[in-house]
Amino acid sequence: MNKTLINFIATIVLAYVLSLFMNWYSVMIASALTGLLIPLKRFAVFFIPFIAIFILWAIYSYSLASNNDFILAKKVATLLDLNGNTTMLIVVTGIVGGLAAGISGILGKQLSILFSKD
Amino acid sequence: MKHLKIIISLVFTIGIFYALNTKFGTIPPIGKFLNPYTGIWQNEIDESVNGEVNIEGLKEEVSVHYDNLLIPHVFAQNEEDLYLTQGYLTAKHRLWQMEFQTYVAAGRLSEIVGESALNYDRQERRRGMGYGAEQAVAVMKQNPETYKLVDAYAKGVNNYINELTPATYPVEYKLLDYEPESWTVEKTALLLMYMTKMLAGADSDMQYTNALRLFGKDRFDMLFPDFFDITDPVIPKDTDWSFIDVPQTPLPETQKIALDTITEIIDQPNPDNGSNNWAISAEKSATGNPILANDPHLGLNLPSIWYVMQLSTPNQNAFGATIPGALGVISGFNEHIAWGETNATRDVIDWYKIEFNDDRTKYKYDGNWRAVSMRIEDIKIKGKDSYKDTVLYTHHGPVVYDKNFKSDMELAGYAMKWIGHMGGNNQRTFIELNKAKNYDGYANALSYWNAPAQNFVFASVEGDIALWIQGKLPNKWEGQGKFVMDGSIPENDWQGFIPQEFNAHTKNPKRGYVSSANQHPVDENYPYFVFNDRYETYRNRVINDFFESKEKFSIKDIQDLHNNNYNLKASELMPHMLSSLDTSGFNDAEMKVYNQAKAWKFNNDIDEIGPSIWREWWKAVYNLTWDEFEVEDSVMKTPFAYQTIYLLTNGGNNEFMDIVDTPEKETAQDLFQISFKEAVVALNEWKKDNGDYVWKSYKATYAGHLLQGLPAFSRFNIPIGGDRNIVNATSENHGPSWRMIVEMSSPPTALGIYPGGQSGNPGSKYYDNFIDDWASGKYHELNFLQNNQANDQIIGTQTLIPTNNE
Repeated sequence: MNKTLINFIATIVLAYVLSLFMNWYSVMIASALTGLLIPLKRFAVFFIPFIAIFILWAIYSYSLASNNDFILAKKVATLLDLNGNTTMLIVVTGIVGGLAAGISGILGKQLSILFSKD
Repeated sequence: MKHLKIIISLVFTIGIFYALNTKFGTIPPIGKFLNPYTGIWQNEIDESVNGEVNIEGLKEEVSVHYDNLLIPHVFAQNEEDLYLTQGYLTAKHRLWQMEFQTYVAAGRLSEIVGESALNYDRQERRRGMGYGAEQAVAVMKQNPETYKLVDAYAKGVNNYINELTPATYPVEYKLLDYEPESWTVEKTALLLMYMTKMLAGADSDMQYTNALRLFGKDRFDMLFPDFFDITDPVIPKDTDWSFIDVPQTPLPETQKIALDTITEIIDQPNPDNGSNNWAISAEKSATGNPILANDPHLGLNLPSIWYVMQLSTPNQNAFGATIPGALGVISGFNEHIAWGETNATRDVIDWYKIEFNDDRTKYKYDGNWRAVSMRIEDIKIKGKDSYKDTVLYTHHGPVVYDKNFKSDMELAGYAMKWIGHMGGNNQRTFIELNKAKNYDGYANALSYWNAPAQNFVFASVEGDIALWIQGKLPNKWEGQGKFVMDGSIPENDWQGFIPQEFNAHTKNPKRGYVSSANQHPVDENYPYFVFNDRYETYRNRVINDFFESKEKFSIKDIQDLHNNNYNLKASELMPHMLSSLDTSGFNDAEMKVYNQAKAWKFNNDIDEIGPSIWREWWKAVYNLTWDEFEVEDSVMKTPFAYQTIYLLTNGGNNEFMDIVDTPEKETAQDLFQISFKEAVVALNEWKKDNGDYVWKSYKATYAGHLLQGLPAFSRFNIPIGGDRNIVNATSENHGPSWRMIVEMSSPPTALGIYPGGQSGNPGSKYYDNFIDDWASGKYHELNFLQNNQANDQIIGTQTLIPTNNE
């Protein structure tokens, strides 16, 4: 398996495990750790954790809301000026998680450079 | 270089964390809010109605059967367990609401929303809301039985709060980014203060004082008579008062009114807060059993102010509408009796002008100086240092207005005397009423009730009907407290209270029905001072005329009366206005509206256009009539609708008909003509933006979320007729907040509905599922279980199990 795929899977698994005893920022710690331990290159440093958490959050949100007919999601999508569009709310949720993960992925990568060269 | 990169990426990481974890203005902390582990997605849940729950503090097992409306039917073995369970279940469905309402009551909103609420908080603290709640707790403590039950309720709420994690907090906590705190007995007292403010927190003393100064006594009395020329009081006119042997307080020799110019007053509760209730005797009932009905008119909010429950122990079986935060059923029934309330509206707030010494440590009273006491209100503000407001207290009560608040008087102020500050064990009334078995039990329960004064309607399976106007009511001298009084004269103090047994009441009156709709409690023959303190003059007449219209009434008749849209007010003025219009110079638009108006039969049904015309025309003619009341630097109150219509129809040449700004001398007829043209313009402007002005669209009734009507969590354009001053009193955001009809068969059978739903979670299908049925005038059959046995309407049963702490 290539490193990208390993990082991708590890980020999702770690984010899931950490979420069991940590708040939302567990995704930041997860992607920083995978960035540090399984360093990627160039754009992948940001995008792999971004996509991993985007998918994790989007799927998880979808599965929670679909069990309740998206009643609340519709209202929150109105509240946040998304015209009640629940798909958009899921996308926004994914982007929020993805952004946090991607940026902390960069931090992890930078730390890995620091440790590997010292 | 690499260090720079690390620092930059670290800064970005911290930055994104901060940005997603912080609330900016009204935008919630978006990472916290949207993440699927603890954010709003966790609130996308179905209601749990099955299984077992461990509850700390229970003595024995409790069964909770949920029916298909999500009404819990509670079967407990003792009263403490019952109220503990009520607290637990109410919190489970309404935690955010019940807590938020106590923050609103206590003047603690700044803690949640920040500095924008500071003025509101200061006002509520100066009104003495917290002080009043403390007095109530002190009185409750004197009755250990009540205190124990209120404390059990608090334990129930706290059981639920302790079950929660940040993931399961109600969605509003996530939106505003704060956490629930423990429930206490004081919070129940605060909730009762919230109701007292809502229903007995209005007065017009300051506006009346300005009007008296500006217009003089004769004109004031003409504008604001103590009684109108017609009254159809709550307690029938022919009632014999000869049993009352305690006289009215005699008029003092010195009556000094402080004729000040008052520029600003504290917020007043919605003047539409009111209600209907009635009970008809077995003889008047088509079924042969008495029938009782109640519909409290309050703000239409989501979550609704009501939460319906059945509360049963081996010693009681009560069912009906509860208020989150308070114990027991407030408007409901048990196997033996039914009860409901309307607001009695009595003048239980008076204002005293206070004169201070030079350093404001003493105030003048009876020729001496008395010490002022100080209460320091520490107002916490989200994101800021707290604000300390020192409120001065006299023996009258808090000095609400002084140089630090809505007044510029250096060494004077206005102190508030309010029944809400005097404590009382109001909770006991409902605890006793819920288990009362007959008229005596009802009358005894009422005797504990201080405020807000209510018209308590009653019917029993035994066949009695009754209505007591109950509250702790000052025995005032004639005219006392209509205007701001001089606080240094002892005769101006409240000299005592009307003995409870002399509060106006009626039992099994000859006419076969009792009713109240916030009208005058009594006529002039009642031996105590009562004056027109904002009494309603239309709904009561429609209701009483209805009950005089035939011999017997069915449940269907009662439903029709709840939903009656007859606009008596319009019918008493509009024909007169129409017939006096000079149509010769009318343009097409005016002619069209004129013809539409003429065709209207005064029903405010959803598809009529007459009500919209009336609304605009009435508003315009009312404002033109009372233009004399637009006075700079004086807060004013314009006369009541009834007196306005009386003058417009009988006193067309009265000096008040003149429009001050014009050189001509106008009469009522001129006002009709001018206001009609204004109304036509207003209607057509509305039409340009919104389409046809049919009543349902024009009125556009909505149920707004408690958080300033947050649109996403509210319901708009609810198609329902009626309006204020109509039996179906539904205006834009106000109306019949709970409709109940109980037939006193054995056991009683009941219908009920309210514009909301049992769950406070905007993510629940039970959040607003009653609204459509409510709007169309339907009711739900209330499933009155006679024993701890689920029937076919029960969708799930939960067992609450005592946890063993040993």
